[in-house]
Amino acid sequence: MMMRRLLPAIMSLLFGAMTIASCGEAKLGIDYENKIIDIGNTAEPLTLDPAKTSGHWENNINGNMFIGLFTEDAESNTIPGMAERWETSADGLTWTFFLRQANWSDGVPVTAYDFEYEYRRVMNPDTIAEYAAILYPFKNAQAVKEGKMPLTALGVHAIDERTLEIQLEHPAPYLPGILKHSTAYPTPKHVVERWGDDWIKPQYIVVNGPYTLVKWWSNYVVHLRKNPLFYDAASVCLRELFFYPTNDVDAATRRVESGELAWNTAFPGQKQELLEKSLPGYVRVSPFMLTTFLSINLKRPMFQDVRVRRALSMAVDREFIAREIYKKGYTPAYQLVPAGMPNYPKGARLTWADEAMDKRRAEARSLLEAAGYGPKKPLKFTFSFRNSSDNPRIAVVVQDDWRKIAPWVQIELRPTEVQIHYANMRGKDFDIGDGGWVGDFADATTYLYLMETSTGPQNWPGYSNPVYDKLMDEANAELDLAKRAEIMRQAEQTVLDDSPIIPLAVGATQNLISPRITGFKDNIEDNHRARWMCIKE
Amino acid sequence: MSAEDAPILIAPPGEIAAPANEQIPAPVKGRSLWDDAARRLKRNPAAMISLVVLGVLVLLALLGPLLWVHNVDTIYRDRVAIAPTWANAHWFGTDAQGRDMVARVLFGLGISLMVGVVATFVSLVIGVLWGATAGYLGGWVDNVMMRIVDVIYTVPFIFFVIILMVTFGSNIFLIFVAIGAVEWLTMARIVRGQAITLKHKEFIEAARASGASSWRIITRHIAPNVLGAVIVYATLNIPVVILAESFLSFLGLGVQEPLTSLGQLISGGSKYMDRAPWLLIWPGATMFVTLLCLNFLGDGLRDALDPKER
Amino acid sequence: MTALVLRRLLVAIPTMFFVIAAAFFLMRAAPGGPFDSERQLAPEIEQRVKAAYDLDKPVTVQFGLYLQKIVTGDLGPSLKYKDKSVADIIAEGLPTSAVIGLTSMIVALGLGVALGVAAALRQNMPQDYVVMGLALIGVCVPPLVMGPLLSLVFGVQLAWLPTSGLSRDQYSFRHLLLPVITLALPQIAIISRLMRASMIEAMRSNAVRTARAKGVPEAGVVWRHALPVAILPIVSYLGPAIAGVLTGSFVIESVFQLPGLGRQFITGALTRDYTLVMGVVILYAGLILLLNLLADLLYRALDPRVRT
Repeated sequence: MMMRRLLPAIMSLLFGAMTIASCGEAKLGIDYENKIIDIGNTAEPLTLDPAKTSGHWENNINGNMFIGLFTEDAESNTIPGMAERWETSADGLTWTFFLRQANWSDGVPVTAYDFEYEYRRVMNPDTIAEYAAILYPFKNAQAVKEGKMPLTALGVHAIDERTLEIQLEHPAPYLPGILKHSTAYPTPKHVVERWGDDWIKPQYIVVNGPYTLVKWWSNYVVHLRKNPLFYDAASVCLRELFFYPTNDVDAATRRVESGELAWNTAFPGQKQELLEKSLPGYVRVSPFMLTTFLSINLKRPMFQDVRVRRALSMAVDREFIAREIYKKGYTPAYQLVPAGMPNYPKGARLTWADEAMDKRRAEARSLLEAAGYGPKKPLKFTFSFRNSSDNPRIAVVVQDDWRKIAPWVQIELRPTEVQIHYANMRGKDFDIGDGGWVGDFADATTYLYLMETSTGPQNWPGYSNPVYDKLMDEANAELDLAKRAEIMRQAEQTVLDDSPIIPLAVGATQNLISPRITGFKDNIEDNHRARWMCIKE
Repeated sequence: MSAEDAPILIAPPGEIAAPANEQIPAPVKGRSLWDDAARRLKRNPAAMISLVVLGVLVLLALLGPLLWVHNVDTIYRDRVAIAPTWANAHWFGTDAQGRDMVARVLFGLGISLMVGVVATFVSLVIGVLWGATAGYLGGWVDNVMMRIVDVIYTVPFIFFVIILMVTFGSNIFLIFVAIGAVEWLTMARIVRGQAITLKHKEFIEAARASGASSWRIITRHIAPNVLGAVIVYATLNIPVVILAESFLSFLGLGVQEPLTSLGQLISGGSKYMDRAPWLLIWPGATMFVTLLCLNFLGDGLRDALDPKER
Repeated sequence: MTALVLRRLLVAIPTMFFVIAAAFFLMRAAPGGPFDSERQLAPEIEQRVKAAYDLDKPVTVQFGLYLQKIVTGDLGPSLKYKDKSVADIIAEGLPTSAVIGLTSMIVALGLGVALGVAAALRQNMPQDYVVMGLALIGVCVPPLVMGPLLSLVFGVQLAWLPTSGLSRDQYSFRHLLLPVITLALPQIAIISRLMRASMIEAMRSNAVRTARAKGVPEAGVVWRHALPVAILPIVSYLGPAIAGVLTGSFVIESVFQLPGLGRQFITGALTRDYTLVMGVVILYAGLILLLNLLADLLYRALDPRVRT
């Protein structure tokens, strides 16, 4: 009796409220009238301060807010940004940049002093700049960052308002690629000096890029609006951008499907075929500068034998892992440096890469037997892996691959949280561990330096080969790009032959973007700046 | 005892009628109590069916992985994420790595039941001893012990379970302990209430008169006599624990590869619900049936052991 | 009454201390630290960073320093979110948690009580079985299944409601509907079961029998004699219900991508953002203490036996 009266009342109340509430609600996803789009951006930025950012997802946002000496076009090719023109000395060690006439969003001109100020801020030992090392090609940069030299010793000097001089430790033909990285963005000296670390907050921030920060609601949304004082503002089409941290990629995909997001920077690989059918024209997959690989701890006695390392590497069925587990455009990796790197046309490759799986497995078995392992002396080790995303799924497949070599290969799985995992890897507290590396900029050195002795704990396997180190030094000093590429190829082949790592797959960019968004171009760095985009009717 | 000492905040789901358990008679009439209860339970079809189904599930979980044609960790590389089929006996299909789902569901069911039973057992041991001691000894001991329970009660335990998992890494043993450590408080309160009513009964007085120690009275006389309430609570607590484990799995803090649990399978399957629904449906259905049966059985037991509710 | 409040507040102090100490030392005991990640900080830099946050001192000293700070109401800077303080983050996350938490509680209480009463008045009739059957489903289907399922059905397939999130940076009824329902469902189930049981009992009580005998109309019997007594167990269930909603909101915020504190807490714990974790724990512990006290007071106000 009560129910009969209550239910209709509740229902009509609910629906009434629904209709009222839905009027005047924002048009989500793509707002053609107002040129607004909603973007799913995989994770919450830890910071938007260019000096401190380290994640690609952070750069997806502040890459729209600041323009460095160089910047990128829609295909992420390096193009001049604040630098109008530049000169390089004959030895390749001194670069002089002449700045274009441009203003900060508060009308104050952008000067060479802003750059000098920012680079010193990055190199200040007290600034938590996780990516400072990317500027270490600057003269004395490392010593300054470690507090061994004063800030003024840094090889960056403003000659006058519009001229900036940068001195380098060694020739770096890839310098423009570095100078478009977020760590090399300028910051407004006059604002940072006034507000300190708070300068990045919406109420104080001043930018020189196409968009400025309006609101940042933690773990929910970052709202950007077009900066009318940007030097190329006339050609910027989109007026407002909303970035959401879409950690749950399945939920984000549903939001794209229902039209609440115009673009999500990822999609679940297992769903690719389905999405290609349900959302024609949305799925965008292309090569990305990410390699996933396992590291073998060379401190462990059993892994000091190259035969054991090679056997374990040979037995891994990369085709299956890339095709069935990762999916989403990942390709099997038989190398460390992903294909498609500028100035590195032909990379190295594992010598046995083209052999059939059965043959490789048999060969792996004989290698292990030659190394003295067998039923009486089983090969036992633990495999540590990150307990997040696809990694546990990969782990069980790799374990199965190794077990298939012979019953006396015994693997214990050790799932670990991401943070602890990398700490363990650096502390060499693992037998074999998984990991991945996304290039910091489009150049082979960003991968190859990982295996140098001087890299220290970040060299996860603890690999140290004088031949390799020497080749890398030569490459760093070489000005001729073709010769440099050949030296680096030799270095990569050396490390592949030594097998301190087991490459698994080369990653792919995965974007789920409405075909109504124009100006979106796939590229190896997965950089897509909103200034190049617009909306189709 | 003043009114505000009454455990007004505890009231676990379904245990509101706890004070009515006062009527559980002393063991002099013990046999007839259990006989009565059994008779009443047999007249409850839902509870009896649940009991049978649970028995079958437990058997399946214990024997299934040994008898089933597929191994829990065998990867069939040519049959990845295939839908349920009679061919090759993939009745529930295969998962995204090509492992047989029947094998995984049976294995996961076993782990989930184990988590449920062991965590509940941990909470029972702590709860019964704590509650019985407080209730029997009374006075300031009771006061202090129950104040401690009050204090811990107001702690947001979900935080501590998460922090514990983070601190000690998510291993299955810890899941038992962490969940058990959360659940014993309610048990302690229920048992204390029972103990207070019991301690004035003649047989306790008699035991005390014959010089039995407090410890002996608590363990031999009080604890066994709160068994009815304990069984009911335990039965209803197992589903709570199984759900809690699935919650932790969802956060990535639950059971980990190479082990699996129903919660783990469900939280994995919910990601695939629109492309491979069988990865969610089978573990989901198994968990649903398990929880449903445990709830029916718990309700049935409560009705059976508590004559007033008839 | 005042005595009760005072006593509770006195108990609250050691409780809070226990909570803070336990959370603090457990978090510090967790392996890894806030500055461990895929990319490594140079040792010299890491040293400076740690010194800046007092992390280079012995843990007990850190605890002392931390206590001093929070007594003055300063929750400190977040260790992971470099541009924000813990207070900033809590201020941004609390409103959402509060909105979905409170709405779900209200919905759960309203619907749960109504359904429970309806079932009790139709005991052992089809309506009763329907309600109790639904309640059992509510108890047995975890929110982590219900959430994505509702979002898929109503958001994608039927396209009636948004799948997740808010309306850009505004709250909207349509966006909050599914999260609130998902969060309320298990509580509706539990409350309706409780309500049914206690209502059945109340309808058999002497008070109700007397009222009937006096010729009070049935509606009056239900409203004035049975309900006030039958509602008491629900009031005493409020405490656990709050805890249940809190736990559920962790899942809901993830599934529906809402900017609440639960998600912040979990990411904080996983990434070792010590100060953020502590801030959220302190806030929630305080809230739970307060809400429990309120529930107690409500109980005393309603229960004729405790009223003095």
